[in-house]
Amino acid sequence: MILHQYLDDAARRWPDKAAVQEAGGSSITFRELGSLSDRLRDRLIELGVRPGDRVGFWIRKSIDGVAAIFGALKAGAAYVPVDPGAPAARNGYIFANCAVAAIVVESRFQETLLAELAQHSAYPKVLVIGGNGGGVHLRAALDEEDRRAKAPPAKTATPQPDDLAYILYTSGSTGRPKGVMLTHRNAVSFVEWCSETFAPTPEDRFSSHAPFHFDLSILDIYSAVKHGGTLCLIGEEAGKNPHELAQLIAEMEITVWYSAPSILSLLAQHGRLESRNHAALRLVLFAGEVFPITHLKSLAKQWPHPRYFNLYGPTETNVCTWYEVPTPIPESRSEPMPIGKICSHLEGVVVDAEGKATGRGAEGELCIRGPGVTQGYWNLPEQSRDSFITVGAAPAYYRTGDIVAEEPGGDLRYLGRRDRMIKKRGFRVELGEIESCLYRHADIHEAAVVALPDEVLGMKVHAHVACKDGKKLSLIALKTFCSRHIPVYMIPDVFTFHAALPKTSTDKVDYQTLKARS
Amino acid sequence: MSHESPTMNAVKSFILEEFLPGEDPGNLTPKTPLMSAGILDSLATLKLITFLEQEFNVQIEAYEADEEHFDTLETICKLVDSKR
Repeated sequence: MILHQYLDDAARRWPDKAAVQEAGGSSITFRELGSLSDRLRDRLIELGVRPGDRVGFWIRKSIDGVAAIFGALKAGAAYVPVDPGAPAARNGYIFANCAVAAIVVESRFQETLLAELAQHSAYPKVLVIGGNGGGVHLRAALDEEDRRAKAPPAKTATPQPDDLAYILYTSGSTGRPKGVMLTHRNAVSFVEWCSETFAPTPEDRFSSHAPFHFDLSILDIYSAVKHGGTLCLIGEEAGKNPHELAQLIAEMEITVWYSAPSILSLLAQHGRLESRNHAALRLVLFAGEVFPITHLKSLAKQWPHPRYFNLYGPTETNVCTWYEVPTPIPESRSEPMPIGKICSHLEGVVVDAEGKATGRGAEGELCIRGPGVTQGYWNLPEQSRDSFITVGAAPAYYRTGDIVAEEPGGDLRYLGRRDRMIKKRGFRVELGEIESCLYRHADIHEAAVVALPDEVLGMKVHAHVACKDGKKLSLIALKTFCSRHIPVYMIPDVFTFHAALPKTSTDKVDYQTLKARS
Repeated sequence: MSHESPTMNAVKSFILEEFLPGEDPGNLTPKTPLMSAGILDSLATLKLITFLEQEFNVQIEAYEADEEHFDTLETICKLVDSKR
């Protein structure tokens, strides 16, 4: 099975059903999406794209963007989506780094991108579309090209399952983004697991909240297409606004919601959910970071009807553990939800610092293998090799870098990042645990803790917090509060109050920026 | 609430200035836990001891730099006054 086969099948089974709908109301049927992506395939091949190549795109969330994905896949290429809001320097670096053969770009980004690419001496073929929305801009660009010279009809490529389907760039520790290479088999094994776990139907309407350069989009796009559901696109701006979002969920009658917890926290606080009709919602899936329990409790109270799932996994494995949150959540619960059990298509092992499998219940790093796991990073053989570990018999496991421990019931509990464990005065301190403590404070609605080397203390722990109504808290009250929940050596040395914490393009707390400001 | 002596006022001002910038002085009472709440960590305690020794011309022993003597303004002042 390969990814674009899902669309071919859907176009045959549900030709006139809406495949994708935009928040503005435009939509496209499976048949139309099939033929639009066929036309892009033909054009890309005419431009010289060959199986095994990469095709980049810089398009804001739209039907045009979805068609670009399938067009690239049908040409046998791996698609490389970039953050539409990122600077040209970063996006240019990404396209040059993986040597894209062609780029589909919105005209507004064209000039700065081409200047940036020239700096890297990269000159891919460029297809410029005038804007985004409804698929009309991509169609117009293809018409225009056809008027000049018609692209001869080509055949849809049939890549092998282990050929690359897409490359997602994540921030690298070196400061340069690194490209996680994912194959058709990686994605298909995950989509099939989703089918088994969430039983989607053609009546389902999937949110597409996560941007396409974020791995959450894989579930949205391909589960919707595979099952003949409708993908409901939520634009970059509306996606950050809880009022607008709460309205869109109602208007678009979304049944399956999937996003990072941060936007769900905002919805719980500012979405006025009780005033809207969200009866259609049947699944709420979240992944990407720990869901602060106060906000999850509040959300589940306001939306008591859907089922809630905590999905966990880095881009390198996509989702690798899952946990269905039992609702209602007891008011007394103060711990975040576990990340649950390993997905059935994968295998996991927890290893200690020496790389040996730990005993039951002991904490260690979670390592994953199976058909969902990446082959490594684009053009970074050494880093790729270092990301895997052999435990017992081959094949090797991918090291998630996340520390977990198994609970008596068999669910895994997420304890923190391997690289977020610090030693302070000889004590092991997990920065995430300090954050959970801060989140228990009734006046704090965002908290992020960073650690910096300090000549005197060894490590200085700096807490960044955003309080309700933007107020500042008394340091005495705050430290006294902390001392009731965590050992004294874990209490942050410095507190900074913010109106809101800075976020990355994928809506996660931007720790790099906070570190720079600490 | 205990009487706020000149000793206490001096110690209180020092702690507010050094370790609690921006804090409302009203929040720091004679009984506010300092060491056990992480407001006075080991480094801060050393600084405070240096201040007490110079300001009040007393000698604080190493074994006295503990929670029993340093957890609140009240206990700190009691220790200082007992040495004068």
